[in-house]
Amino acid sequence: MNKLTKPSFWLPLILVAALGIWPILSGNAARREMVYSLLMAIILASSLNILLGYTGYVSFGHVVFFGIGGYIGMYTMDVLGWHLALAVLAGGLSAGIMAFLLGTAILRLRGAYFALATIGINEAARAFANAFQPFGGPVGMTLNFHVYDSYGGAGNALWLTFYATLVLALVVIAASSWIKDSKFGLGLMSIRENEGAAEVMGVNAPAAKTWAFVASAVFPGILGALFFFKNANIEPGDAFHLARSVEMIVMVMLGGLGTVLGPVVGGAGYNGLRGFLIVNPLFKNVQLAVAGTLLLLIVLFVPAGVVGWLRQHVQPLRSWLE
Amino acid sequence: MIRTLLPSVVDGVLLGFLYGLAAMGLSLIWGVMDVINLAHGAIIALGMFGVFFLFTGLGLNPYLAIILVALVGLVFGAIMYFISIHRIVNAPPLSTLLATFGVSMIILGISTAGFSTSPYNVDFSLGSVTAGPVTVLWTRIMAALAAMTVTALLYVFLYRTRPGKYIRAVSDNREAAALMGIPATQVLALAFAIGVMLAAISGGLLATLFPFSILSGESYQLRSFVVVVLGGLGNPLGALLGGLILGALEGVIPVFMPNSWLPVIEFVLFVIILLIRPSGLFGGSKT
Repeated sequence: MNKLTKPSFWLPLILVAALGIWPILSGNAARREMVYSLLMAIILASSLNILLGYTGYVSFGHVVFFGIGGYIGMYTMDVLGWHLALAVLAGGLSAGIMAFLLGTAILRLRGAYFALATIGINEAARAFANAFQPFGGPVGMTLNFHVYDSYGGAGNALWLTFYATLVLALVVIAASSWIKDSKFGLGLMSIRENEGAAEVMGVNAPAAKTWAFVASAVFPGILGALFFFKNANIEPGDAFHLARSVEMIVMVMLGGLGTVLGPVVGGAGYNGLRGFLIVNPLFKNVQLAVAGTLLLLIVLFVPAGVVGWLRQHVQPLRSWLE
Repeated sequence: MIRTLLPSVVDGVLLGFLYGLAAMGLSLIWGVMDVINLAHGAIIALGMFGVFFLFTGLGLNPYLAIILVALVGLVFGAIMYFISIHRIVNAPPLSTLLATFGVSMIILGISTAGFSTSPYNVDFSLGSVTAGPVTVLWTRIMAALAAMTVTALLYVFLYRTRPGKYIRAVSDNREAAALMGIPATQVLALAFAIGVMLAAISGGLLATLFPFSILSGESYQLRSFVVVVLGGLGNPLGALLGGLILGALEGVIPVFMPNSWLPVIEFVLFVIILLIRPSGLFGGSKT
């Protein structure tokens, strides 16, 4: 069946587009900020899903690529005076190159060994940013406010990053659908099920894994450059926050590992829930504990996530959810 | 040079015993059931607070307090095993990584609400001893001695007692051990409980040395990962040697370069060892 006629291809795209158009139509800045954080979660979760869900490699270091994109973007804008568009490209490109180099080395490790290596890489990157003076060391870098003048002032710059982030979210989802249906994606999923058998059947596992790693790294790299441009300030702790990596895994698990719609649902759902917990007077102080309980319950009882569970239990929804 | 290097290395090596002790718990759990306990740091922090409250609130000697903390840790570990690990002990690694991380979030969430994230300090001192250029605090020596004692007890337990031999048997081959009539579930729970207890003890000892907050556990958990990989995943006694190496490195490196580069070197080393010798520096061929 042609991909473009499948409802499961359009459903996540339409959902996200509708979400993005909502603040654009109303021009409401508060609503834009809320949707922005949802889009960010969706991009991070969907890109992680390419590695985690399709290929079955657990990375606790996905935020590394967000941080690298952010640092390269900020450095090129702040120190070299590049335009945002170029800086964003540089951020995505450097995250991709980094993933290629790291992937070639660490994707040989399997299971928990790989997971541990990614934790090590994240901590090494954070410590490096902390110690490396051209990146500002522990205080990081702050954009001069005049930078925003060339984009029509700070207000316009915020809208500009919103549009760019919306486009990025749509591209990630389309790419993740495309990969899932492609021969490349089938190779990744066979690696997930049984890497040895996949290699025997002719899948070039080392190359496929490395490209999956690169594909999943480019998007957070671009997003990092956009986010820290909007934020105007980058610090090692914000850029390489281990807990943020884990949050991404939670979003993917919540929505459904290895599905296209899952990370969209999971990213939006997790963010919505966290927003609710933080402002709720009853849960405000223990929001971390509530989120932890939720995570534990999902892992123990609904390991397929929301979308996976629906696919398993509600037959008619199968062609809509993938 | 030697005058600055020597005290720094002695301090580092003494601290290394505690790193080794903390890592031993992580390594034991990994060795027996292939689970990486991401709540390790949170439990270390709970051990710190346990000693703080027993010392400050009840006036108990910190070293006696650690014994109580160890017992509570043992019980807590068994409960944690049955709630969060037992159902998924055979699932792919992602499940147990996330389940233990969930427990960590629960502990940190509740503790942050109770203790806030501000620093605490166990105000306890035993004076210091000087030998040549080296001056060492007695609390550090006591902590290292305590860590050695616990290691020795663990060794005797694992190699000389029946439950300890059960643990090693289950670690070697769970199915075969179960067929020989070893109660595998109880043994897994016991091994997990001991791993948690070791984390709590190391937290309690660390509390006598440094100020701490509920978030301090994380940095010790990361060090434990480094140590475990140095000593070989699943090799508890190798962990002690790994701890000493890390402690010595932390003593030597700051003498030669700014302190901020220390973690860069530690974690790069960590990744490299994981890549070239995943069985650890002292591990055999078993990977």
